[in-house]
Amino acid sequence: MTPLTMCATRPASPATKTMFSRILTSALFAGAAAGLIAALLQLVFVQPVLLHAELYETGELVHFGGEAISAHPDLPRMFAEPVRDILSIVFTMLTYTGYALVMVALMMMAEGQGHAITARVGILWGIAGFITVHFAPGLSLAPEVPGVAAADVGARQIWWTATVAAAGVAMWLIAFGGNLISIVIAAALLLAPHLIGAPEPDTFAGTVPTEIGALFAARAFGIGMAAWVLLGAFAGHFWQSEGARAEA
Amino acid sequence: MTTKTLKASVAGSAFAPALFAVVLGLGIITLTGHVQASALHDAAHDVRHATGFPCH
Repeated sequence: MTPLTMCATRPASPATKTMFSRILTSALFAGAAAGLIAALLQLVFVQPVLLHAELYETGELVHFGGEAISAHPDLPRMFAEPVRDILSIVFTMLTYTGYALVMVALMMMAEGQGHAITARVGILWGIAGFITVHFAPGLSLAPEVPGVAAADVGARQIWWTATVAAAGVAMWLIAFGGNLISIVIAAALLLAPHLIGAPEPDTFAGTVPTEIGALFAARAFGIGMAAWVLLGAFAGHFWQSEGARAEA
Repeated sequence: MTTKTLKASVAGSAFAPALFAVVLGLGIITLTGHVQASALHDAAHDVRHATGFPCH
């Protein structure tokens, strides 16, 4: 009993080192895999919509003029700008690895409280993560195509961060609170940012057709949900397999 | 008793790594999603739009 307790208080005990490598390894694997798939899905389903919007942002196309504008202009082919696309892939993988690091740390906390972490449970974690960082802020700050009017970016970032933090606490309370008060607090945390309201532009100046803007938001949400479900499942899987490897 | 001690030990050995992972993760997300330095913004531009970050 005593050696175990002492072991726990020493800063770099073998148990701590094992935990370090287990968290980092599972988060890196899960984040890189989910991020790569997310990036490829975005390149196929989101990027063409974004490039289409940019034709209106730059003024190359103008709608509501005298003549009808084709909804199917010649768009650059996939990987026409390889550096841009490779940067997108790298940054998507980085972003999801960042999410994975936070998620795996929280998974470890939940496991410490006696909740099993598996790939199947990870799917629920993924959905909760999607709601937290993508859907909750996106409900009032919809995923925006380039070329739309928006409020000051700093103000939106503050609102975004506060909304994500509130939604994250709400998701934890719903999952692990276990009583009615937790659910009520969670509902308040989920609703409050939207009742207060996100920063909005003073005037509208969007040049992009609403059809493109709506498709972009829908695609961004859809691919985001797919990526998050994968991230949760991968994180659960690697957390479990890395744990089994550490014990072996 | 033994189980309790083991759990306490795991909790103790887990705190620092968990905190480190959260700080590292939030740092990465801030860099890829929020920092407005133009090189970072340009490189992450499409990802920020597609992933729902406020971009510009």
